[in-house]
This record gives sequence, structure tokens and C-alpha cells, in this order.
Amino acid sequence: MDPRLVQLAYLLAAVLFILGLKGLTRPRTAVRGNLLGACGLLVAVVVTLFQAGLDYRLIVGGLVVGATIGAVFAIRVQMTAMPQMVALFNGFGGAASTLVAGANLVQTESFSPDVLVATALSGMIGAVTFSGSLIAWGKLKEFRKLDQIKIPAQQIVNGILVFSCIALTVAMANGDGSTMTVVTYWGISTLALILGMTLVVSIGGADMPVVIALLNSYSGLAAAATGFVLSNTVLIISGSLVGASGLILTRIMCVAMNRSLPNVLFGKMGATGSTLDADDVYTDVKSTSADEVAMVLEVASRVVIVPGYGMAVAQAQHTVSDLRKLLVSKQVEVDFAIHPVAGRMPGHMNVLLAEADVPYEALREMDEINPTMEQADVTIVLGANDVVNPLARTDPDSPIAGMPIIDVDKSRTIIVIKRSLSPGFAGIPNPLFAADNALMLFADGRKAIQDIINALNES
Amino acid sequence: MHFLLANEAVKNLVDASTEASTVVSVGPDTVTLLLTVFVLAVFIGVEVITKIPPTLHTPLMSGSNAISGIALVGAVIAAGSGDALLPRVLGCAAVTLATINAVGGFMVTHRMLGMFRRKD
Repeated sequence: MDPRLVQLAYLLAAVLFILGLKGLTRPRTAVRGNLLGACGLLVAVVVTLFQAGLDYRLIVGGLVVGATIGAVFAIRVQMTAMPQMVALFNGFGGAASTLVAGANLVQTESFSPDVLVATALSGMIGAVTFSGSLIAWGKLKEFRKLDQIKIPAQQIVNGILVFSCIALTVAMANGDGSTMTVVTYWGISTLALILGMTLVVSIGGADMPVVIALLNSYSGLAAAATGFVLSNTVLIISGSLVGASGLILTRIMCVAMNRSLPNVLFGKMGATGSTLDADDVYTDVKSTSADEVAMVLEVASRVVIVPGYGMAVAQAQHTVSDLRKLLVSKQVEVDFAIHPVAGRMPGHMNVLLAEADVPYEALREMDEINPTMEQADVTIVLGANDVVNPLARTDPDSPIAGMPIIDVDKSRTIIVIKRSLSPGFAGIPNPLFAADNALMLFADGRKAIQDIINALNES
Repeated sequence: MHFLLANEAVKNLVDASTEASTVVSVGPDTVTLLLTVFVLAVFIGVEVITKIPPTLHTPLMSGSNAISGIALVGAVIAAGSGDALLPRVLGCAAVTLATINAVGGFMVTHRMLGMFRRKD
């Protein structure tokens, strides 16, 4: 095939990716956007397959196996398990970049310093993405053993690993493509594999949205680096689109926690000198029952539901959707207030609620709903904790000081559905639970909501 | 006839310009050209993606993740060219992983977005 035709096809693919992402700006056009993106990839791959002199045996084998595994994953995955799956796929993308750059190092004959640096970067970023994503996947699957791993002098270990990778990259830039260069490449990749593990293993569950977004960005940057290795524009363009996407999401997540990226990656939560004791905070906690909650809801005209990771754990999204439908049928206005970092990945709550048939108009962002919280007759907090903790506003010493929260405490009545008074990820008590207008419903999230629905139906 | 003439003229022009470029060579070399593409694409990415609402952030992640399966293009070349077996096996592994990433990513995004459709 004419190389210019190939380049033009790559340009078409890149345009399709951009249009696809543009489609994702609105729910109405999002499905088409995703299909455009898929077409873009298809065009790029088909054109590549038509290049002269390719031996198809290994290619077709890989394509068939990969497509089958990918399709099975995509069809069978539960929406609550979406963060794990995205983490795993990210890792695969990163690994592919590392392998491609490694294979190219043996196949190519051009060893200019810039290609070799790009190769080293491709291996490094790809390997960090791969191992970091696998650890993130394990943490999201809640393999408890991962949480017990403590790396001594972690910052120093990370520093040494990064420094060694850079030193080896410099060494590789002056390489001549001999065995030494190849060995150096795999050395970099191995060190980067270890680095990915040490970076992610100590990061806690509630910081996962940041980690996943960052790894997403890395998988794009790895692909872009591979693009520099192969002088391939479509790899560079799509890689940089993904890289930008991940970085923007990372930033949004960090802002939503009022923490800097280094603080999320290297800092510890709860290390600040907060002196609040749980026993002092929880002196006046009022417990309630499903029947009582039903009575409160009977007379409400506006209800706000604040979901958190606990809703995903309890698989309560369908039940809560039923409650919404029941209330709406009783002429009650029901909104969901979604904090940007609720759940384990950006937009996690939105996907779960959309799965349960909640229309997206009812899913309201924090900044949009906060000014109206005073008009909420009842707010139901379902499996959320730190994102509704008023200490973020009042206690400058608290580890969550300055974090934007959903102003649940301003609504008239607050129902908190929670198994116990245990603290959230930040490890601090939540004065909201002891507020005058707050009632605690101690139960499993799904069962509690179902009991409320039953009580409402009986009355 | 006119067409042939014109064609000839273009050919001469192209030849002349190729000669000129080999002599003067003021155009950007490959790396700087690729770097230009990279930086411009990052800007496009930032412009487009900041407009995506938080509701769609999970589909954005899985969808953009699928786009990073573009490494498949490189993997196909690695798996299909050359005589040495080892790099081709690496390429084949890369094809498999990138295809999982791409196919799985686009399919799951499609499934998710189906849930966001207006339910009237």
C-alpha cells in the first residue's frame, strides 16, 4: 500500500478519535462518540494489516485470543467492578507498549539517540503502568494482603528506582543497538515494574480515583512514546489524547479532595494533629428505624440522596432506584448529590445509578446542588462519610481540612444509613452523625432502603 | 494531452523541489515534526476533555483507555515482520494485550453508555 495512503488513513483514525471524545461531552451523543472511536481504531489496524510483507500467523492468533478475552470481560463484568476492570485494561495497554518497544529494538536498524530515548521511555512508562495497574486492580479487588505490605523508607526506594531508570536511559541513548542496549532496555523495564508496585502499593482505597486516573494517563503517554519509537503519528496523537484525559481527571480528583498530587501519591492521610476523639463527638447520636424514616419521607417534598462507596459495596443501587421511583410517584422531588471522589473511580456513582435506571438529570454535581441543600427536607446519606464531614469546613487541623463537601448538614433532616459509627478513609469522627437534625439508621445499605420502601408501601 | 502536459509539469516541479530540499534542507526533521504533532494533540485533548461532564467520567476513562489500545498498531508490525522469533513472540503477546484493552474497553463503554440513555 502507498505509504502516503497509510498516513492519510492514520490521520482519519486520529480525527475519528477526536470526534469520538467530543461525542462524550453529552450523554445523548456519547454512544455514537464511542463507536467513532472504535471505528478509528479499526481503520488504523486494518490499514496496518495491509502493509506489505507482514506474516499474519502470529498477528491473527493474538487478535483472536485478545478479542475473545476482551469481549468476555466486557460482557460479564458487573458495574460495581468497573474500577478493577479499567485498572486491569490500563495495565494491558501499558504492557503492550513496553513489549512493542522491546521488540522493535531488536528488529530495527536505526539507533539514533532520540529513538533510543523514546524506546527507553516507552518501556519505562509502560512497565510502571502495567505493574501499578495490577496492584491497583488487586487493591480494588480487596486482596487484604496487599494492604499489609509496608515498604521501608519508601520515598528513598522510589527515588533510587527513578534515578536508576533515568541513568540507564542516558546510557541507552548512547547505545549502538548491540546486545548491551537490549539488556539495558529490559533493565529499565524491570526497574520500572518494581517502581510501579512501590508507588501504588501504599495508596489507600479512597485515593484510588486519583491513582486510576493517573495510570490511565500513563497508558496514553506510553503509547505516545511508542509512537515516537515507530515514527507513527496515530500512536502519538491518540496517546496524547489519552494522556491529557487522564491528567485532567487526576487534577479534578485532587481538587475535589483539596490535596496535591504528591500528597496523594506520597503523603499519609490522618497524619495531621487532629485531637478530636470519637467518644466526645458521638455523645448525642440518635438512632432511628426504617418505619420512622418512612414517616419522615411521607411528609417531605424534596429529598436528596448522597451515595458513597458504601452503596457500591452493599450493591444498593437498584434498591435506592426503587425508592426514588416510589417517592417520585408520591410527588416527591428526588435528587442524587454526587461528590467527585465518591466511589473508587471518577464517575463511579453515576454509572451505578445509571445502571439502576436513575435518569441522568437526577444526578446532580456537588457545586450544582450545594446552594439548594437548605431547601432539602430530607437528605439520605448512603454509604458516604468523609465527603459529608463538616469538619472539612470547621477544623483547620483535620486531614480533610478545606476539602469541598456536600453541605448535607444544611438540610432539615438528615438520615445516615451506615452499619456502625466507624470512621471513613480519613480515619476521623464525623460530627454530622451527632448533629441535632441527624438520625442514624444502623443497617446494611440495601436492606435498610428495602425496609424503608416496605414501610412506605404499608402506610 | 493537456492533462499529460500538466502531469509532466508537476513532475518537473516535484523533482525540482526534491532537489532543492536535499540541498537546502530547511524543513523540520522527523523528531521535531512528531513533537509538534504530540504537543498540538495534547492541547486538543485538554480542550475536548474539559468539556466532558462528571456524569460521563467513568465512560470517558474506559473509552480513552480503549483508545490507548492503539499500541495494537505497533504490536501488529512487531508480530508480523522480521525473521527473528523472539521479537515476533513479544509482538504477538503485545497484540493480545492491546486487543483485550481495545475490544474490551470499547465494548464495556458501549454497555455503560447504553445505561445513560434517556429512559422515557
